[in-house]
Amino acid sequence: MNDFFTILTASIVAINCALLGVFLLLRKMAMVGDAISHAVLPGIVIAYYFSGEKGSVLLLVGATLSGVLATFVIDLFSRKARVQGDAAIGMTYTLLFAVGMILIATLMQGNADIDQECVLYGDIALVNMDKIIIDDNLYIGPRALYTELVAGLVVFGSIIVGFKGFKLLSFNEDFAKSVGIKTSRWHYYLMGLVALTTVVAFEVVGAVLVVGFLIIPPATAQLVTHKLKAMLVWACVFGVLAVIAGYMAAVYFNVSITGAMVTVSGSVFALVFGIMRLRRSKSAKSVIAAEI
Amino acid sequence: MHSFTDFFSFSNANVVYVVLGMICINASSALVGTFAFLRKRSLIGDAVAHSLLPGICFGYLVAGEKNPVLLLAGAFLTGWISIFLVDYIVRHSRLKQDTAIGVVLSSFFALGVVLLTYIQKTGSGNHAGLDHFLFGQAAAITRDEVSLFVVILVIILTVVVVFYRQLVLLSFNPEYAATIGLPVRLFEFVLTSLTVLAIAAGIQALGVILISALIITPAAAARLWTHNLKWLMLLAVVISIFCGVTGAYISYARTAMPTGPWVVVTLSLITLGSICFAPRRGFVSRYYIRRKNSRKITDENILKTIFKLPGFQNQDTELTFTRVNLTEIRPFDTKELHRGIDRLIRRGLIQKSGDDFVMTTSGRKESARIVKLHRLWEQYLLRRTRIDTDHVHSGAEAIEHIITPEIEAELERELGIKGIPEDDY
Amino acid sequence: MKQDIHAIEVHNLTVSYDGRPVLWDIDFNLECGKIIGVIGPNGSGKTTSLKAIMGLLKPSSGFVKIFGKSLDEVRDRVAYVPQRESVDWDFPASVLDVVLMGRYRGTNLFRRSNKTDLEIALQSIAKVGLTEFKDRQISQLSGGQQQRVFIARALAQQADLYLMDEPFVGVDAATESAILSLLQEMKNQGKTVLIIHHDLQTVSDYFDYLVLLNTRLIAKGEPHEVLTKENLSNAYGGQLTLLSKIVDLIRQNEFPVREKGVDL
Ligand SMILES: Nc1ncnc2c1ncn2[C@@H]1O[C@H](COP(=O)(O)OP(=O)(O)OP(=O)(O)O)[C@@H](O)[C@H]1O
Ligand SMILES: [Mg+2]
Repeated sequence: MNDFFTILTASIVAINCALLGVFLLLRKMAMVGDAISHAVLPGIVIAYYFSGEKGSVLLLVGATLSGVLATFVIDLFSRKARVQGDAAIGMTYTLLFAVGMILIATLMQGNADIDQECVLYGDIALVNMDKIIIDDNLYIGPRALYTELVAGLVVFGSIIVGFKGFKLLSFNEDFAKSVGIKTSRWHYYLMGLVALTTVVAFEVVGAVLVVGFLIIPPATAQLVTHKLKAMLVWACVFGVLAVIAGYMAAVYFNVSITGAMVTVSGSVFALVFGIMRLRRSKSAKSVIAAEI
Repeated sequence: MHSFTDFFSFSNANVVYVVLGMICINASSALVGTFAFLRKRSLIGDAVAHSLLPGICFGYLVAGEKNPVLLLAGAFLTGWISIFLVDYIVRHSRLKQDTAIGVVLSSFFALGVVLLTYIQKTGSGNHAGLDHFLFGQAAAITRDEVSLFVVILVIILTVVVVFYRQLVLLSFNPEYAATIGLPVRLFEFVLTSLTVLAIAAGIQALGVILISALIITPAAAARLWTHNLKWLMLLAVVISIFCGVTGAYISYARTAMPTGPWVVVTLSLITLGSICFAPRRGFVSRYYIRRKNSRKITDENILKTIFKLPGFQNQDTELTFTRVNLTEIRPFDTKELHRGIDRLIRRGLIQKSGDDFVMTTSGRKESARIVKLHRLWEQYLLRRTRIDTDHVHSGAEAIEHIITPEIEAELERELGIKGIPEDDY
Repeated sequence: MKQDIHAIEVHNLTVSYDGRPVLWDIDFNLECGKIIGVIGPNGSGKTTSLKAIMGLLKPSSGFVKIFGKSLDEVRDRVAYVPQRESVDWDFPASVLDVVLMGRYRGTNLFRRSNKTDLEIALQSIAKVGLTEFKDRQISQLSGGQQQRVFIARALAQQADLYLMDEPFVGVDAATESAILSLLQEMKNQGKTVLIIHHDLQTVSDYFDYLVLLNTRLIAKGEPHEVLTKENLSNAYGGQLTLLSKIVDLIRQNEFPVREKGVDL
């Protein structure tokens, strides 16, 4: 039963990340996603310090804001201070991450809840410790599952309702502006969703490995399809697949669960990449053969 | 201040190792980072850093202990593979470079985490300190490692000095470099190897995530101060070393403080400071330049207006005027006019006589010069471009203030005009 | 539509990137119901002028009016066709998807596209002769076909004013003449088309009015007025080295292009 809940929780993380990751990729902002996921750390630590618990709304809001702040700062560095785009990304997230580390060292001394390890790969194995039990004895799953579900509803709903907006924003921002769409609002909404997702995912998969969930499944999906809706579906499929297979592998080899999930995800990417390469060179050969 | 003298007397062997280590690491990564920055490939360092982790674990599994050379070798190998993979993915699929970087870095890093937990749980050998590679532990730098870092720095320095011109050409314009017969691939290989080497050296002290800052930030900060590549490199190295030592000191002075994050924070502070205060490119100096410009414009507009006073053409009589005379010809902001006239008096172009002002000889000359520039520019625009005549003046308005003597000469030559052109509309 | 209202009025328009003016004190008025060409060498600010008209860039001075009003009031009557290279054609979308985007507005983003939208999109696709490709993924189109997708998207906007950035680049002769007759047809319906064009050979055949740019406005008027030797050598013949030197000085010295830009 615990296995089931862990896999379910992680699957929702994977789906949230995959859906948003598709748009990050199409907007050529994969590394901005990476930056956001690192940059939520100081927000998480500060909010945790003041609220004293992991699941608080304060934590959610504070950390999400610090993620969005990162995109602001990146914009500021690159546009106002004329720093190269990728250097601006790198500078911003390393700074915010460093501040987070310092805060952990000063504010969280001896606190086991937020330490370096859980920053890296979360506490997925501990997810089941925080149970929700109703009617005194009916266990209906860990609290994290419900947090994820709520976040999932927000993400899923936003993408369904705002599908046209996100699509146009990603394909042709200038055109979107020309028909009167407030593109910067859409942009920051998307960034906010990414920040929210990484914050919520923090206690499950950590702040660093979440990038694997955000980028790899959408990238794999982009290899197999040319259709946007199909890409969204495939990304979720690859994400969930990696969660299930990764969990089993982790249990079998007794290694980090999150690490195994992302490793499997990367392997699936490699596999798909290889297959597509093979198919392409085969079809190229057959075309040549046909012409001869 | 106790800790300060303690630290900088270097009486503690540990302190010496840490400081020496940080100097080598920071200098190495700032050097290779400059090239990465110039090639707009700053984030590659990110991919490499994350990808070193599995290599380090492999190195450990092979050696069965923390052998610095084997760990480095493993790290070097996977770091290299990661760069190769990023390029391969970009070349053979529709994925963009940053997607490829993201895929490679998270996959490799995850593999590293898996191996790390595997090593920890099987408990074979002495794996203590292996997790330093995740977050960095500068205080744990040993004597052996310092020697290794020195060797790496010497290698990087030598290559950069010996192949300086080739590397610069490669960074600025690889296509051109290829056309003149530079073995581009070879030098890319060299540069990549140096990058991996520098990151591998620094990873134990800074950790996989923060090491990127050592590659990216020094060059970005130094770039705000200079255009000259050699100075850029030197400055990046100096900034980086300064921050490395500062970070080590903070961590020494306050027990709970980690070194790496403080190095990064001081680096970022210096960058922010540069963004504000760097000459020419900094916010503050840009503000002062703009203020100077707007004063110059006011002053010259006053001079231009004086030129239009009825008595100006008559060289023999003294030209006296009041502020009101000027504002009748051209609307001025009262405050600005006051200040402008004060400045002109200080420059000796105007003299005060009672309540009126008198034009000096040099003032007359300056007035005429500005009017001439104004009209030259007008003539140029009329000759070369299409302007509706009611727009001529407004278009010329701001530009005569920026025309240098060289451009003035060129304008005269191109238009074939000597002296002050007629104002013919 | 009243005759005296201009399709586009551009007043004293100056646009700078990073302190460097790339468009400088541009003035022109364009009449309704004409096909108008914008010409000038590479980097002369043609794309920039279109973006400024479309409100995609904030001018450092000057203003633009469309049909005598501000852009926001008449946005639905204007269609913009960006330069083809400005988007990533690997984007996962079909021809129909992209053309349907022409029906998107700031106000209808949250509802599904309806039947009318679909019909209009299909008609537009038919007009540019892409019906058999309507379900094809855009990454699998030739450059000329991609260009036609963009034109179809603009048609689907059913605007009165069309701004097109180099619609003829990478298009074969047959397609070019097909697009051209489409434009003539639009003109006959009283629509105004503004086109950035590169090929000086064809400008006098294609356009009723020309705007010749090179940072400054070099000339404007009927083709025979604009295409004089003097104008062309001013715009294309490297005659403006002084101008570009001054532009560099302006940027280096953080200098305001117009005095009104001085206030800090
Ligand atoms: N985003 C930008 N940032 C800085 N400078 C830019 C930017 N976009 C364009 N420029 C510069 O502005 C100038 C005008 O560019 P623009 O794209 O308007 O030229 P164009 O006339 O459309 O040229 P082409 O014929 O090549 O399309 C060029 O010198 C270009 O280098
Ligand atoms: Mg253009």
